[in-house]
Amino acid sequence: MSSRNKSSRLTRRQFVAAGALGGAALATGCHSRKYADWEYLTEDQARTLAAICDRIVPADDFPSASQAGVLTYIDRQLVRHYRRHQDAYRQGLEQVQSMSRTRFGQDLGALSPPQQLEVVSALEQQSRPFFDLVRRHTMEGYYGSPRHGGNRDAVSWRMLGVTEPQVRGRAQYDLTKGQPS
Amino acid sequence: MKRVNAVVVGAGAAGGIVAKELAVAGLSVVLLERGKWYTAHDCRKDDLRNQRTTPLGNAFGPEDDGNPRVWVDAGGTAHTTLPSEGGYQNDAACVGGGTLSYGAQAWRYLPQDFRMKSTYGAPPGSSLEDWPISYDDLEPFYEKAEYEIGISGDYSGTPFHGPRRRPLPMPPLPPGREFSILEPAARRLGLHPFHIPMARNSVPYNGRGPCMRCRWCVGFACEVDAKNGSQNTVIPIALNTGNCELRTECMAKEILTDDRGRARGVAYFDDRGHLQEQLADIVVVSGCAIESARLLLNSQSRLFPKGLGNRHDQVGRNLQGHHYTGATGYFDFDTYDDIGPGADIAITDYNHGTPGLCGGGMLANEFIRLPIHMLDRLPPGTPRWGLGHKQAMRQWHRRSIVVMGPTQQIPTADGRVTVDPSVTDKWGLPVARISGNVHPHTFEIGEVQAKRAEAWLKEAGAINTSLSAGKPGVVSGGQHQAGTCRMGNDPQSSVVNRDCQIHDVDNVFVIDSSVHVTNGGFNPALTIMAVAYFASSALVRNWKGTGFRS
Repeated sequence: MSSRNKSSRLTRRQFVAAGALGGAALATGCHSRKYADWEYLTEDQARTLAAICDRIVPADDFPSASQAGVLTYIDRQLVRHYRRHQDAYRQGLEQVQSMSRTRFGQDLGALSPPQQLEVVSALEQQSRPFFDLVRRHTMEGYYGSPRHGGNRDAVSWRMLGVTEPQVRGRAQYDLTKGQPS
Repeated sequence: MKRVNAVVVGAGAAGGIVAKELAVAGLSVVLLERGKWYTAHDCRKDDLRNQRTTPLGNAFGPEDDGNPRVWVDAGGTAHTTLPSEGGYQNDAACVGGGTLSYGAQAWRYLPQDFRMKSTYGAPPGSSLEDWPISYDDLEPFYEKAEYEIGISGDYSGTPFHGPRRRPLPMPPLPPGREFSILEPAARRLGLHPFHIPMARNSVPYNGRGPCMRCRWCVGFACEVDAKNGSQNTVIPIALNTGNCELRTECMAKEILTDDRGRARGVAYFDDRGHLQEQLADIVVVSGCAIESARLLLNSQSRLFPKGLGNRHDQVGRNLQGHHYTGATGYFDFDTYDDIGPGADIAITDYNHGTPGLCGGGMLANEFIRLPIHMLDRLPPGTPRWGLGHKQAMRQWHRRSIVVMGPTQQIPTADGRVTVDPSVTDKWGLPVARISGNVHPHTFEIGEVQAKRAEAWLKEAGAINTSLSAGKPGVVSGGQHQAGTCRMGNDPQSSVVNRDCQIHDVDNVFVIDSSVHVTNGGFNPALTIMAVAYFASSALVRNWKGTGFRS
């Protein structure tokens, strides 16, 4: 990203402002744990959830939901703003696992994408509230602010052709220009 | 704690103006606000946590913890709900209230909007009524609001507006791409498109600079402070007089009354949770329609067992916001220019005058959309998820225009706020309980409005459209909430008189959208402000040292 190069040209005043951002980025870095170290999800739950999310936003020229960090988004919120949905996730993920084993004799994460699609479509039919919850959270993670761990590198905004970071008209904050007046 | 002349509860659109008008007139004022004072530095550009899109909470209050409400669905089942959820009907809780983060459309209502019953007759099942004041009574105060708060725009393109003595103080912002697409189409349809009046600087005004045209507008605080609310106009003036003290994070508990039935002040919880009493000669309630009604209903005493001003069971009734309907048009060329605030063109041809319909509403293009707003706004038949959904997002985000409008609601007595018998907030106060539904005729008007929006988009070249004309199973309130302490001449059927003074208690005033008899087919902010100037003017005129002539 070109925004990284810009930091080398920061003036002192801009550096102070950028320091605050950098601090936030550092704090974010602390949260991005290894795959096996989720804040709420178990490793099994994470694999199952990733399979569902990636049917909701699959990869094409642009990353899938899990590739863009949607699991990080959901996992983080399950111990923050979405604590009230913990039970729904635990039960829903158990249910989809048992559907997957009944149909194909394997965990959802181990199935081929077409098989996963079949199970996820069945989930939408049989357990609409849980499916809609995951759909909503997946979309939030994919299309929402990168601040919360999803939409990594603002990938969905670039996909839609929306500028990021936005600079138009923001002369006093425009890091590509000289000293602010 | 020192006794003051006036305590004002709520530092929003109305409370800020009342505090300023009283302080400038020399009254000592305490302004209580349950939220914080945010500044431009608190403008976090967060799609998921702002005042309009709230999956992760409201940016400007109230927070989800400890502030529940209850809403009752059509089947009579009560649901406890959080401020970030739809049923809550949230506005905001901060200095500036909704005006810190609003889209800032600054409309005058039309003359007919003040006499809806005389114009149309009351539909069965409705509580439609005329205001006891007219457009002409308010006109000088609309003008005062336009100049003191700072409004940009240009009414010259439309004949559909009330008489006005002066033009707006600022010209409109230069038109965006959607304006240039929609404007000629409206003209071809014989309509009268024009620039939306906005409480937003288009040129330097009031010592602050102009709008920088970013997309983080409605729902966000303005990063360059070019959006005008009470927090950056009247409240600083009030504080500068030396007569007004603003106390933030202070939650009003009840209005205190004496043995003769007059108010003596307000009991409130301060920012450390300690119960305090602020004694005052007069009390002004400006907490917005839902919370103002709640405060009156929670102010129970021997003389007022059902709550203050509620002798005839009128407090909390006639809750109304707007029934939003419209259409999305999909185009085979780019319509998106990434230039805020987005909303810039409106028509008011359909607010009145359609045979068979009790009114109508303004139609305008929508504020600039964040990607998150497109999810369920794709062409009919688009899959809800999967590759088809993702690709539709990519195909249409830059190639769509939304035209929507606030359909004027037909109020009902059953659409109401009461206080819940069991649920309390973090201070232990009974919470607002919202029940009732929108009058069915409102849905009929909304459907016609949606089809009109669709026709406009098709004329503008839309190759496909989708309608938004749902029928929510709950009364409408939200950021346009109004009506719960109706203004009227008859104490049996209203709560306050034309000066916003409670019929029952002559030193208590309700000054905010609660007093709106009907809510126009427009965003209500400028009318809330005009009514606040109007009522403040009467209050100051009648003020006699430590009391006033009633």
